[in-house]
Amino acid sequence: MDAKVVLSLENITKKYPGVVALNNVSIDFFEGEVHALLGENGAGKSTLIKAVAGAIDIDSGTIKINGHAFHKVSPHISRELGIEVIYQEFNLVPTLSVAENIYLCEKSEQSALFSAKEIEKKAAAVLAQFEVNINPRAMVQDLSIADQQIVEIAKAVSKNVKILIMDEPSAPLSVSEVELMFNIIKQLKEKGVTVIYISHRLEEVFRISNRVSVLRDGSYITTVNTSETNRQELINLMVGRELKESYPARKKPHGRIALEVKKLTGNRNRDISFSAYKGEILGIAGLVGAGRTELAQLIFGAVPADRGEIVINGNSARIASPLDAIKHRIGFLTEDRKGQGLFLDMSVKWNIVFPILKKISKYSIVDTKKEDEIAGHYKERINIKTPNLSQQVINLSGGNQQKVVLAKSLAAESDILIFDEPTRGIDVGAKQEIYHLMTELADLGKTILMISSDMEELLGMSDRIIVMCEGELAGEVQKDNFNQHYILDLASGSN
Amino acid sequence: MNNQSEVLINIGGRIATLMKKNVPFVILMFLLILFSFIAPNFMTFGNIRTLVRQISFAGISAVGLMFVMISGGIDLSIGSQIVFSNVLLAIMMADWNLPLTVAIPLIMLVGTGLGAINGFLYIKLKIAPLIITLGTSAIFKGFGYIINKSRNIMGFPDSFRWFGQGYVGGIPVPVIVMVVVALIGSFILTKTYFGRKVFALGGNEEAARLAGVNIDRMKVILFMICGFISSITTILLLSRVFAGQTITGQGLEFDCLTAALLGGVSFKGGEGTIFGLMVGILIIGVLNNAMQLASFPDFSQTVVKGAVLLIAVAFDVYQKNRKMKVFIEKVTD
Repeated sequence: MDAKVVLSLENITKKYPGVVALNNVSIDFFEGEVHALLGENGAGKSTLIKAVAGAIDIDSGTIKINGHAFHKVSPHISRELGIEVIYQEFNLVPTLSVAENIYLCEKSEQSALFSAKEIEKKAAAVLAQFEVNINPRAMVQDLSIADQQIVEIAKAVSKNVKILIMDEPSAPLSVSEVELMFNIIKQLKEKGVTVIYISHRLEEVFRISNRVSVLRDGSYITTVNTSETNRQELINLMVGRELKESYPARKKPHGRIALEVKKLTGNRNRDISFSAYKGEILGIAGLVGAGRTELAQLIFGAVPADRGEIVINGNSARIASPLDAIKHRIGFLTEDRKGQGLFLDMSVKWNIVFPILKKISKYSIVDTKKEDEIAGHYKERINIKTPNLSQQVINLSGGNQQKVVLAKSLAAESDILIFDEPTRGIDVGAKQEIYHLMTELADLGKTILMISSDMEELLGMSDRIIVMCEGELAGEVQKDNFNQHYILDLASGSN
Repeated sequence: MNNQSEVLINIGGRIATLMKKNVPFVILMFLLILFSFIAPNFMTFGNIRTLVRQISFAGISAVGLMFVMISGGIDLSIGSQIVFSNVLLAIMMADWNLPLTVAIPLIMLVGTGLGAINGFLYIKLKIAPLIITLGTSAIFKGFGYIINKSRNIMGFPDSFRWFGQGYVGGIPVPVIVMVVVALIGSFILTKTYFGRKVFALGGNEEAARLAGVNIDRMKVILFMICGFISSITTILLLSRVFAGQTITGQGLEFDCLTAALLGGVSFKGGEGTIFGLMVGILIIGVLNNAMQLASFPDFSQTVVKGAVLLIAVAFDVYQKNRKMKVFIEKVTD
């Protein structure tokens, strides 16, 4: 191949506690190509970009940028050599103008003073290349998301970008806006810029990319020419593994509907309808940003729904706040346990009994004997490893913190439990314990909604899976038809 | 011999950790010892009694402030609440001739109402309480001046003297009130489930909301508690001064805030004990008293007070950072 290699990753390894995020990954990127990076959630795409951008240090391996080899890239070096990253969250100052954002932190060559006119002229010239109509004087906060993204691209171009990395750039855009972005990418490509394009949407990959590299569980799988592959092959490459973990055996669900959601709308979700049975573990699949957590928030009342109905045990339930949900015996184990689930400075027992304080208080005085009893019971039952119940939660490991969150919901005697990424960031042993607990709970007749980005876990644990895509229900899969490829197909919006 | 020295080292180590945990208390002891050497008339019963009475007014209001601070808020309007209700109470008794049994409950209602105003503005405008109470502080104080009409309001019933000037068993009434308020406050914060919700609110508001706590109602109630407690301070202060003036109570929140921070009530909420608060109050009392004994000029006293406040905040931030470090080490383990 006569194409020039501009960026070469050689044997990159990055380990986090308990996880190998990147395992000996080697990829070459050519000048002037659009190179798509594919992989499931947690495959290591984000870690890879961060390594190239110098946002994290790699443990071993070499990054060659235009022939310069580095073991360690700093954000500064990465910039100097023409690498720019557009993250999912934009790095723009909303209260400054377009021109000011494009030339943020850049000194004028002509004058020691800041000249708005000068940068506005320069910004207009950069924007003109893209044939878009954005006023350089407009405030960034007044622009549409698509225009903000163009400003990000313009910012990169103004810095003489050689390699542009885009992380899920189409996620916030409408169809016509995506077209506009594709046009800009094509123009960049013609100028010899290498675009590394990360997306979950396979059809975009086929439309825009020259080559595709697939990552899976932190390992490099392969690179193929886009013109020589097809959708099915890419999905196979992304999934391509057998179930490894063992999942506990389950009783059959009881057959009575415990929760029915009818045309629930709001919080970026549209017309979601499904039911969940007593004793069932209902998996909720979807890619990052598909709206799964948002759905959980709606059901729990953390964000009130615009319209739709929630029916619990056959009765319509008005759920406008978490308090309403708790009264209807719904429990929500949030994905962000530190931010939303726990009181880190408080003790284990304090956390566990918090939702049921009223029940264990007499004349509004907390019965500390009952508190010890209940907390002690759950410590034993779900095996929370802590020297004592008065230990501050901040001092526990991630897995044990998650168990405290779980104990909280159990103490509240919820009948419907929503688990949002229950095993994220916890070690294998604790994972197994959580699985057993979930099974035990379902067998007791509780209804469990399980949101997980770990496909394997979702398939192993669920009785049934509903798949979400961009705020809508994309389909429902029965246990007999569980098929990772099919689910991933639904989740990436095949229609 | 060896054994003995080991025991000594052991005891020394224990005392060191105990001291580290109770830095404010150690500071208080140090100041007490220091001043009893420097000023011979410091460590006398009469002086200590005066000292504690002087600071008891701020001490009472500080308990209210502590409720708000543990929940993650702040109330800078305490002094101005007192300015307003102090003048109003004087008018009630002197101009309207209301009996004590009516005027006192009425002023408590007014004080609670002022707190409620803070609370409602906080939840409706959704502006930081620092700003809200800075604004209401000016408003309350302004109304105090307006209704006062530059008078020195006098002519209260003699029975009103007891609250601020009386003694029970040789102990000034305001000091007893402070102790009672502190004990009740401590009981509510540590023993009741309402108290736990206060800590929850300051520790992690989102988690508290998701656990079913009615956040807005809590916020209003807490400001009402703060206002109610300061209405008690109002009554004691007016009785002590025995004349309605707009100067009474001004800037009281400064001592309350410094005491709270010195005593380990965190600026960010979620932390604090009444014991710590009382130690903080006593530190300020000792400093104020010592500066007066040494006849420090008023202006220099202001400088010292400002410095103490900043030191207290720095101490709070330092402790938070140290905790954060421990946390990060744990997570990245």
